[in-house]
Amino acid sequence: MWKLVGGGTALSRWICPAQSFLAVFRSLAMVEKTVERCCISLNGRNSRLVVQLHCRYGVRKTHNLSFQECESLQAVFDPALCSHVLRAPARVLGEAVQPFPPTLAEVTLGIGSGRRVILRSYQEEEADRTVKAMVTEMSIGEEDFQQLQAQEGVAITFCLKEFRGLLTFAESANLSLSIHFDVPGRTCHLPRPAIFAIKDSLLDGHFVLATMSESDLRSPELHRLAPPLQAHSTPHLDDFANDDIDSYMIAMETTADIEGSRAVPSVSFSPGHQPPASPGPYSEDNDTEPSIEPGTPPPKKFRSLFFGSILAPAHSPPGPSPVLAEDSEGEG
Amino acid sequence: MKFRAKIVDTACLNHFTRVSNMIAKLAKTCTLRISPDKLNFILSDKVANGGVSMWCELEQENFFSEFQMEGVSAENNEIYLELTSENLSRALKTAQNARALKIKLTNKHFPCLTVSIELLSVSNSSRVVTHDIPIRVIPRKLWKDLQEPTVPDADVSIYLPVLKTMKSIVEKMKNISNHLIIEANLNGELNLKIETELVCVTTHFKDLGNPPSASEDASQARNPEQMAEVRIDIRRLLQFLAGQQVNPTKAVCNIMSNKIVHFDLLHEDVSLQYFIPAFS
Repeated sequence: MWKLVGGGTALSRWICPAQSFLAVFRSLAMVEKTVERCCISLNGRNSRLVVQLHCRYGVRKTHNLSFQECESLQAVFDPALCSHVLRAPARVLGEAVQPFPPTLAEVTLGIGSGRRVILRSYQEEEADRTVKAMVTEMSIGEEDFQQLQAQEGVAITFCLKEFRGLLTFAESANLSLSIHFDVPGRTCHLPRPAIFAIKDSLLDGHFVLATMSESDLRSPELHRLAPPLQAHSTPHLDDFANDDIDSYMIAMETTADIEGSRAVPSVSFSPGHQPPASPGPYSEDNDTEPSIEPGTPPPKKFRSLFFGSILAPAHSPPGPSPVLAEDSEGEG
Repeated sequence: MKFRAKIVDTACLNHFTRVSNMIAKLAKTCTLRISPDKLNFILSDKVANGGVSMWCELEQENFFSEFQMEGVSAENNEIYLELTSENLSRALKTAQNARALKIKLTNKHFPCLTVSIELLSVSNSSRVVTHDIPIRVIPRKLWKDLQEPTVPDADVSIYLPVLKTMKSIVEKMKNISNHLIIEANLNGELNLKIETELVCVTTHFKDLGNPPSASEDASQARNPEQMAEVRIDIRRLLQFLAGQQVNPTKAVCNIMSNKIVHFDLLHEDVSLQYFIPAFS
């Protein structure tokens, strides 16, 4: 049962460790069985968030959680300004990320040929990487999406772990998830954050995730994200014109190197270049009204993303993205 | 060099997945040999493996509805690839609800074994998962080290007890000692022994039965009570046993006294041979 009680003080923003707050409600089964009422109030004098659980048999549990006031921060974003949007039930997206290894940090989401939505594991390029990682790609048909407003070839890369987190939440509430995004283009070279929105009668949530910067050079590989579909919608997997292993084999056999796989002249990897370091442009900002929840970007430098092809020459990336909000952890 | 194969039958797919799970538990990196009739997963006896070697063989027609391969050359119509076993088992894990699975040798940026899975979906839409498993093509000059091991005449051949039982025993023994003596005789008795300064523990298995001997003279000459033994690294034995999720159709243990123990298993139609050398 929820009852809103207005307070006298002006609304201000504050931070409370999520772990502490969650610990109060840790055992949902127990909460459902024993708790009759829950009162949440702010004790400004002691800087305490007081959560009182009124339970059966007159038992009352009071949790005093400390909080800190922080500067009011707001991520600058507007879903309406994004040119592309996808919408699908969270369950569909949850199933889509299942094949990816749990440890994978980033994933690329894009539109492939035939208007198929592609999710692909993102690998950081490291020129000296001797053991290559497996690349996983999931291709979903347009018909699984409630809305698909994006052209073929657009793609963004974002943190998969955060995405999984918000998907779990959206799935549990049986909601649809909208993804609003933009790709760097002619007018703006900077990577734009992706906005993941969920909405139902009770809440309105926006999760803003940083995306990795993309190269201006649209690799022709982009259009080979998914093999062209045939009439009976079974992907025709023989369209691997560039995948002729024979040329590779010929090159390998003609080298004297016993470590054949390393001495192939035709395959060259673009060396990792030094992009400017960008301090996490979005800080964490917790809010009781679940309207703005910027996600923490992955703790790594922004790089140019050669989506689908690493044979393309490296271009120096555009200037650092503007810092829209300083990391509040650095301050007092 | 080409390779392209397809599995459409669910039972075959699950069986292939189980085989790859087993291989992933037995060897971190292994060689996949593709020939017109068979697939082999091979681990050759290198110092890095502790001298352990593995030879797993399956007939391709028992699994694949379509199978096309073209080896390195006409005279050498085989393909040898090195891959990280876990990648294959992880890729196949996605195939639990698959309509079809295709495996293909490709060269996307680097040589890969591409596993493509068409998933069954509630709505009529098609979903495709593609895994590109990086591989290393093994050049012809190294093929000689990857041939089927010749099995020397065993001193004793015996059928193994239930592997799960063996595994739980060896697991406990591992806490006491690093080495284990495996001994057996032609009377159907097999013992697992560990000896330390403080304690000796032996587990006896009886009435296991011995397979008919290949050479009659050798078996007649040998005293049925006499044990043939090998002292091995207990972790290698445990790794082998841990890889057997399902009890095999047939399991034979061949012991070459003080030299090597050879496990010869049959999982339905997939044969697995595993060699653990004596600890030197």
